[in-house]
Amino acid sequence: MAAVANMPVSDLLKSFKLKTKQQELLIRVSILCLVYILAFITRLFSVLRYESMIHEFDPYFNYRTTLYLTQNGFYDFWNWFDYESWYPLGRIVGGTLYPGLMVTAALIYRILHFLRFAVHIREVCVLTAPFFASNTTLVAYFFGKEIWDTGAGLVAAILIAVCPGYISRSVAGSYDNEGVAIFALLFTFYLFVKAINTGSLAWSLASAFGYFYMVSAWGGYVFIINLIPLYVLVLLITGRYSMRLYVAYNCMYVLGMLLAMQIRFVGFQHVQSGEHMAAMGVFFLMQVFYFLDWVKHMLSDTKLFQAFLRITVTCAVAVGSIALGLGMLSGYISPWTGRFYSLLDPTYAKDHIPIIASVSEHQPTAWSSFMFDFHILLFLFPAGLYFCFKRLSDATIFIVMYGLTSMYFAGVMVRLILVATPAVCLISAIAVSATVKNLTVLLRSKNKGVQTGSTKGSSSSKASSKALLDQSQPFQKNGAIALLFGAFYLLSKYATHCTWVTSEAYSSPSIVLAARGAHGSRVIFDDYREAYFWLRQNTPPDAKVMSWWDYGYQITAMGNRTVIVDNNTWNNTHIATVGRAMSSYEDEAIEIMRSLDVDYVLVVFGGVTGYSSDDINKFLWMVRIGGGVFPVIKEPDYLVNGEYRVDKGAAPKMLNCLMYKLCYYRFGEMLTEYGKPPGYDRARGVEIGNKDIKLEHLEEAFTTSNWIVRIYKVKPPNNRW
Amino acid sequence: MGRASSKEDAGALFHSLRSAYAATPLNLKIIDLYVGFSIFTALIQVVYMAIVGSFPFNSFLSGVLSCVGTAVLAVCLRIQVNKENKEFKDLPPERAFADFVLCNLVLHLVIMNFLG
Repeated sequence: MAAVANMPVSDLLKSFKLKTKQQELLIRVSILCLVYILAFITRLFSVLRYESMIHEFDPYFNYRTTLYLTQNGFYDFWNWFDYESWYPLGRIVGGTLYPGLMVTAALIYRILHFLRFAVHIREVCVLTAPFFASNTTLVAYFFGKEIWDTGAGLVAAILIAVCPGYISRSVAGSYDNEGVAIFALLFTFYLFVKAINTGSLAWSLASAFGYFYMVSAWGGYVFIINLIPLYVLVLLITGRYSMRLYVAYNCMYVLGMLLAMQIRFVGFQHVQSGEHMAAMGVFFLMQVFYFLDWVKHMLSDTKLFQAFLRITVTCAVAVGSIALGLGMLSGYISPWTGRFYSLLDPTYAKDHIPIIASVSEHQPTAWSSFMFDFHILLFLFPAGLYFCFKRLSDATIFIVMYGLTSMYFAGVMVRLILVATPAVCLISAIAVSATVKNLTVLLRSKNKGVQTGSTKGSSSSKASSKALLDQSQPFQKNGAIALLFGAFYLLSKYATHCTWVTSEAYSSPSIVLAARGAHGSRVIFDDYREAYFWLRQNTPPDAKVMSWWDYGYQITAMGNRTVIVDNNTWNNTHIATVGRAMSSYEDEAIEIMRSLDVDYVLVVFGGVTGYSSDDINKFLWMVRIGGGVFPVIKEPDYLVNGEYRVDKGAAPKMLNCLMYKLCYYRFGEMLTEYGKPPGYDRARGVEIGNKDIKLEHLEEAFTTSNWIVRIYKVKPPNNRW
Repeated sequence: MGRASSKEDAGALFHSLRSAYAATPLNLKIIDLYVGFSIFTALIQVVYMAIVGSFPFNSFLSGVLSCVGTAVLAVCLRIQVNKENKEFKDLPPERAFADFVLCNLVLHLVIMNFLG
């Protein structure tokens, strides 16, 4: 190691030679940089294949509100009353949305403009989610470091960068609340665990701000405000409580609750809603608990303390239960709302709230979804749990609870796999890191043993123990190398799987459809945008469009026309009215449409292209929702022997209802597939029953090039003579 | 456990509590006084609300929560400054007080926004 040469080159090289600690820092920083870039670019498939556009349905509303925010400023945005949706009711947008996402995107836009990058707000919106996904990997690194060590942090960052469960809702173009909310969730949890580990008020304040950001971003904040009290309760019960817990939880709860109530959509729910009562209950419990602890510390005589304890506990329990009982009975504390109650009782939504049951994301998860979204993490998760239980601390208890509760909820609803993903990645990272560490220690220790044996002279006892070690060494070393290769093979397979899943399954903008043509060439169906731009350019500006609620946001954002119902689904009766209009005969439907001032009707039809998410396949939900409010619509009228058919054997009410007529108008003459009769519906696979459709009160205004979107104009009433 | 003995118990409890409390340092007693004052103010506000009604509910909440908030933060300060707590012996009391002031600042800014 001593430098002998006096040449300047070797001196220069020596000046670059870093110490071990600095080498390690360099490796860590470079890994994190690569992971940051990887998380961003793996989400860009759809931008590269199609173009930089917003996907799906909900993001279009977020885009429209962000546009409004950047054009009109925060005050107008916060007090915005939107008269272009839910005609004639309108919608108080400022009070019924979570502003976090829009404000974040507007802020990034302002910063970029300040730096003289003249980007359009749409580009910022499209790339917000990948940017925050990269930030999430950084937070995962720090969180892993807090729970276990830096190795686990690095592995956690890598795992969460490519995990399909997270990519599904944060791909470029998916401008939805979850893209920002998962970052806020993990950030809040990290700050809270840091606050518990250090007991510092500053970190608790930071976690309160993190909670505020989460509340402003997503309705799923209810998970945080229930998990943290549950965790505190577990710590209190298992006797792991300490002063740091008191400081961390109380500061976070009081400040977090106050900050959260600034969001108008949340309002006073923190003191009035049953979903938030757990946090308040634990808050009061903590005051009583720590007060008793303080008294016990002050009193020297245990018998007196027992008496005091008895009195206080009975008083506290009595007061608490009376207050809770009064609150629930008088209705002041509202019970759990349908959305969250259906998580505890999965059969509730199907019987009582068809709108919640009809969303495909709210269905229970199949095993294949778990395997698809998690891959090897699925069996690394129990392994990680084992490691966490071996080394229990406040932080590992937290991550175990987060993992278990989120996995339960992920099993109930497909959409919530997203919430479980950070926990699964962190716990699996612990398993991977601990295993790899043990294996490499085995590899390294063998070499050291040989060295010390050869250089030093050893006493007899040492020789005998080393002999034992030497005996098992050869198999151990080979086994360790084999296991390490296995681990790296699994991880590389994971990375391959994740990239394949991202490319095939999660990068499609639902608004543009692609298919393989007859010769393998790619065919693009851009019918949705074609229809919305037709609406924008060929209808009067105050035209009202009636369609099923799925398309409402897209119509207002791209078509710039007033809609009757949209994806917000806040008014069930209004949606049921539209459902009733779609399921009635044309004469009844025109009355409803005239009462709502409808000018155009838009339906989505997949019979020509074989597109299966069209309105005919959604029709039974329209019937159910309409029938839920208007008993005149009965579902069995549209079914034949319980079966849903559109061919000759279909129910007469089905063959003549408005939706059927609007979808299949002039379809009877259309040849869709070689060798099949005209009027063959490729999505249902049958020839339709009613080919000779005449419309009396509507006329066809526009049908897109692949017949996916069809727009009809409502004819004015006939002149009276 | 007759009535007389439970009364004696209560008396003994009260006395031992009092004597133990008299031994706490002066700075902690000042913080305790502040906590008591905050809780008392919160109670007054609740009684007022019970009499008058809770119409601007956000005002009521902000008033009560500011009292409860400062009480809780003062208790956290007391915990961090108390020499008997082994967990916080590395924490300089100036840092604890600075954190306390910062949290109170944030609390009151939010209260002012929420007051309506």
